[in-house]
Amino acid sequence: MSALALIDYGAGNLHSVYNALRKAGADDVVITGDPDVVAKADRIVLPGVGAFRACRDALVAIPGMVDAMNDAVHRRGMPFLGVCVGMQLLADAGEEFGRHDGLGWIPGTVRLIEPADPTVKVPHMGWNDVILQGTPPLLVSGEAYFLHSYHFEAADPAHVAAVTVHGGPLVAAVARDTVIGCQFHPEKSQSYGLSFLSRFLEWRP
Amino acid sequence: MTVRTRVIPCLDVANGRVVKGVNFIDLRDAGDPVEQARVYDAAGADELCFLDITATHEARGTILDVVRRTAEVCFMPVTVGGGVRSPDDARALLLAGADKVAVNSAAVARPEVVADIADRFGSQCVVGSVDARMVAPGRWEIFTHGGRKPTGIDAVEHAIRLAKLGAGELLVTSMDGDGTKAGYDLALTRTIADAVSIPVIASGGVGTLQHLVEGVIEGHASAVLAASIFHFGQHTVAEAHQALAAAGVPVRTG
Repeated sequence: MSALALIDYGAGNLHSVYNALRKAGADDVVITGDPDVVAKADRIVLPGVGAFRACRDALVAIPGMVDAMNDAVHRRGMPFLGVCVGMQLLADAGEEFGRHDGLGWIPGTVRLIEPADPTVKVPHMGWNDVILQGTPPLLVSGEAYFLHSYHFEAADPAHVAAVTVHGGPLVAAVARDTVIGCQFHPEKSQSYGLSFLSRFLEWRP
Repeated sequence: MTVRTRVIPCLDVANGRVVKGVNFIDLRDAGDPVEQARVYDAAGADELCFLDITATHEARGTILDVVRRTAEVCFMPVTVGGGVRSPDDARALLLAGADKVAVNSAAVARPEVVADIADRFGSQCVVGSVDARMVAPGRWEIFTHGGRKPTGIDAVEHAIRLAKLGAGELLVTSMDGDGTKAGYDLALTRTIADAVSIPVIASGGVGTLQHLVEGVIEGHASAVLAASIFHFGQHTVAEAHQALAAAGVPVRTG
């Protein structure tokens, strides 16, 4: 198994994602905040929970980290997984406490979930369907655990890998080339999540 | 479908040990919260709740070790309540592997602590605890110290305030019902659930599977929490799911 860089930028679910990757079969996970390690990694995971802006600020505060991620993913074509806010950061921008730039890897904007039906609760919290759109990589139909108030509005439907339904369709996963991002928490989705992570570890896009 | 109604077993933990828990013979150590968590993980619980009732300040750190060890072997959402007084308390629990922290008496003394935690770590990880007793028909008051001490604070107003301050969820416990097995206080649960836009967990008083169903159908709760009916082997999580599904409530099938 090649080296997997799990990016440490203060995200609250870092250790849960680490534990789940290990359980899913990863034997060489490096928790790192070092851009040089990320640039050389064969596989990258970006965790994240909480507010878009706080996560974005923490990520760009590490000198060279975004460049290293770009280098690994867009120059060397390494597989990349973003989880929850780690997935939302792939968008052009997030509108949580103002408008803030994202990585811009997958065109779209992260916005507050605003259901038309007032009985639909926000945050979207709990187990819900992962409904595939077309034939996306790595994903299978099933139930996963979601915990979020903001959602990814993709500009191009071709990048929507899966949706879920909570007062209307919400993006559950995005995918583009060697990049995949899931709104649900694989590290908290029991066997569904662990098998998804196992497939990511074997992914050769 | 839509988001599933969650069934949440709750374990009381003191000094790192389960106070009352599942008494299955295949457990190596029935007093170990991690062993209990594994049982519920395998049983398909939708989330797990640890309520830390450790009395002394010195032993407070024991819950962190419990959460850390649980997160190594259980891949399910975990909420931890009890003794969360500050963003630093919340941070320690979240880094240990908790997904949500429930803020109880600290938010009675100073509701803004909910905003302090939500601003730093996001609303999704802050559960506002509402421990209430009925003081008159249709009127409930916040009680502290395990339901012994009245505060004069209206429970519904307090719940709405915690939601406005950024709580992502409310854990509504009827201190009248707690331990009685007579069922949730459905009027309390429904009054709060209908007044806020965030999910409400019904808690306190479950004695039968029908009580769980009532909590959702009549109480309008998004999740149902119970302790003894699961711990003492009266019912399994699967039976709880089946009872809810039979009543037309969406539950997890996988």
